[in-house]
Amino acid sequence: MEQDANRYAVQMKGISKYFGSFCALDQVDLEVQKGTVHALLGENGAGKSTLMNVLYGLYQAEEGEILINGKPAQITSPNKAIELGIGMVHQHFMLVEPFTVAQNIILGSEKTGALGTIDTKAVRQEILELSEKYGLLVDPDEKIEDISVGMQQRVEILKALYRGVDILILDEPTAVLTPQEIHELIEIMHKLVADGKTIIIITHKLGEIKQSSDWCTIIRRGQYIDTVKVSDTTEEELASKMVGRAVNLHIEKGEAHPGEEIFRIEGLTVSDSRGIDKVKNLSLSVRRGEILGVAGIDGNGQKELVEAITNLVKAKGGTISILGQEIQNTTPLNTINHKISTIPEDRHKHGLVLDFTVAENMVLENYHKAPFSKKGVLQLGAINKFAKELIEKFDVRPTGCEGQLARGLSGGNQQKVIIGREVTNDPDLLIAVQPTRGLDVGAIEYVHRSLVEQRDKGKAVLLISLELDEVIDLSDRIAIIYDGSIVDVIDAKGADENEIGLKMAGGGK
Amino acid sequence: MDTVQKWLKKPLTSIVISIVLGFVVGAVVLSVAGYNPLEAYAAMFRGIFSKPKYMAQVVIKSTPLILTGLSVAFAFKTGLFNIGAEGQYIIGSVAAVLVGAKLSLPPVLHFLAVVLAAMVAAGLWGCFAGFLKAKFGINEVITCIMLNWIALYFNNFMIQMPWLKKPGAEASYEVQRSAWSMVLGNYKATEEGRQALLANPTLADVVLKTDLNYGILFAILAALLVWFVLNRTCKGFELRSVGFNSDAARFAGINVNRNIMHSMFIAGALAGLAGALQMTGVMPHRISMLAAQEGYGFDGISVALIANSSPIGCIFSGLLFGGLKYGGSAIQSTTGAPSEVINIVIGTIVFFIAMSTMFRVLADKLAKRGGKRHASHTDSGN
Repeated sequence: MEQDANRYAVQMKGISKYFGSFCALDQVDLEVQKGTVHALLGENGAGKSTLMNVLYGLYQAEEGEILINGKPAQITSPNKAIELGIGMVHQHFMLVEPFTVAQNIILGSEKTGALGTIDTKAVRQEILELSEKYGLLVDPDEKIEDISVGMQQRVEILKALYRGVDILILDEPTAVLTPQEIHELIEIMHKLVADGKTIIIITHKLGEIKQSSDWCTIIRRGQYIDTVKVSDTTEEELASKMVGRAVNLHIEKGEAHPGEEIFRIEGLTVSDSRGIDKVKNLSLSVRRGEILGVAGIDGNGQKELVEAITNLVKAKGGTISILGQEIQNTTPLNTINHKISTIPEDRHKHGLVLDFTVAENMVLENYHKAPFSKKGVLQLGAINKFAKELIEKFDVRPTGCEGQLARGLSGGNQQKVIIGREVTNDPDLLIAVQPTRGLDVGAIEYVHRSLVEQRDKGKAVLLISLELDEVIDLSDRIAIIYDGSIVDVIDAKGADENEIGLKMAGGGK
Repeated sequence: MDTVQKWLKKPLTSIVISIVLGFVVGAVVLSVAGYNPLEAYAAMFRGIFSKPKYMAQVVIKSTPLILTGLSVAFAFKTGLFNIGAEGQYIIGSVAAVLVGAKLSLPPVLHFLAVVLAAMVAAGLWGCFAGFLKAKFGINEVITCIMLNWIALYFNNFMIQMPWLKKPGAEASYEVQRSAWSMVLGNYKATEEGRQALLANPTLADVVLKTDLNYGILFAILAALLVWFVLNRTCKGFELRSVGFNSDAARFAGINVNRNIMHSMFIAGALAGLAGALQMTGVMPHRISMLAAQEGYGFDGISVALIANSSPIGCIFSGLLFGGLKYGGSAIQSTTGAPSEVINIVIGTIVFFIAMSTMFRVLADKLAKRGGKRHASHTDSGN
């Protein structure tokens, strides 16, 4: 018993959590050994974040008990959690942008002198010591808004460590990082664990679990499935436990049969709202029947590139042409009329009107065309019929959801609505921006298959993604974007991840 | 438990509860002030329902409120806050008086000309705020408030014009009789008609003693039309998509800026219609010097809120609002309690409706308790 208490940093027993009558967690157990990295694996909506929010005191469980270091604990708030030595780094960072790194780290737990002053020197020293110890190198005087996302994450981790935390929860920590940064993060995690800290990492990326974790607990639809030793298992096994059926992790695609070049960008320059050039003299071209993947780290001009093609912003220079016709600096409608369809990065912002029904969303671009309207009057019958067809064809769940608000669908099904709509437009060029962001394994499989299908139908596909694996697996050619320009275009066959990663970071060549 | 939850989540439920709460708060205020709330409310309801004449008055009072409510509700549905219905109403009235007093046209036609002029003028007035938002990104709330005052002083300025100012009055000339819209307006003006109407006490009460006019029909028609446009036409589809998510609308090829201007034009035209119907339908058929805003546009905001921005709902909330305002005056004359208590009631209703998410939270709380019950209970929770 005594030994048991010492072995586990966290024990959660029979945790149940309800939202209304919806059961988010049903008697879930989690036991995390001290000094280990423990992965929490599950699809979106499986309840992994909910479970961690219970542990961090953001939610109260209706049922079950929590033991921290063998002692029963009532974690009623994040403050209580921190007192117990539990820290959490959220997916979306909670940092004050105009403040410096040091200011952010001490924020909320400032050690003040007699007059309420902060001993900046001592604080800096403490932060430097911490960061050196774990390889979390940051400059304490830099402002958050000036440092990279990877750095910001380190600040978040330091923030937790500064508060004396020894159980650290990381919520999808690699979602925003480059391959190199992921590597560094895993190293940092190992250093922390070697120092006796315990880490729980929430993720749905199987490769990272293999690299980083000792144990893995899988939950599915709020149910505890299994806890496995990572070294004794395979990615396939983890995936099938997570999804509940066998999944194919590798994209099956045949040989590409590229046709003539139909889409061309020449010397494109786009500046952002502050007048800073984000896309600089960028050129690329896409042929029929191929997928051109654009690989790059977030913020290297991908967003502005897409905005220029879709005519959401004006280009400062250069041309964008499809089938020989220039479309730059016109209107979004003109882009659509030239048979360019886009699966946008942010489906909630650009892809869907969440408060419209699924049927309304499916005709969002074609509502003014026959048969969906006649003389300016919507033909609800035709719209619903079309929606029903698409729901069936693209397997949107739940079936018969055409009258429901798009808001009520899961992320994967929302994406299916968008894909269904864009593909049904029968485009010449299909642009997919981060098409699998936030989707679970099953839905990712589906999206990938759809894109390959479009390619095989002779469409030109432009894939822009921050997931390097996705770009490498899916594309026929890879264009690497760095600082607003395409620095290299390589054949996807035999592409080397590290080499691409280096070029994405501005190195190589 | 489930039925209670579902029931609580319906918008209509929260509206009804808010109205009841409004009356409860009003009752508390009355009691504290030493009046019998039951007596006061009885007086109010008598003041609304006891005579056909009163009911006719309520309808007359409600007509402009329904329309300004529609104006605000329509803009809401398209993602805009039209706080400028007040100014648009004034501009509508000024245009109505110009065409009504200065132009001579055959009956019916004259009336239609007045309505058209008012709607176009007020529509353009609203559209201007939309233009500023579309072109320069200036928030419509700011420009609308400014435009309200500009409209008010424009009204006062126009009345100073010697060709419009009626000598000896701080007001304009009246809209000509050919453009009036009272029920049996010409008939009741003749001696013969007067006698005939007097023979029937109800008709005499309603038609002779009030300005009962055809305006309410236009208001109802406008509500139906607005509903149709919003929900059944391409234009409405565009407008709603811009209102819900302008980013997605732009991405889908919809011209967001143009729709903002269209929306503000239609909203303005609806408020202008209120002005036109008021000028043609209700004594004294003229505009007068304004020291302060009359409040039709601001009341429209409350009407739209009570209706949950539903165009059809605006008919009923407009009638409720008109009824409370008209019936409320009976409280003072009967019980001596200040009729301002009605403003408290209305304010409370709007307040609770604005907080209507509260009822949904309540529903969720109930659901939680239900959920807890079917799970075995271990945690006392929050």
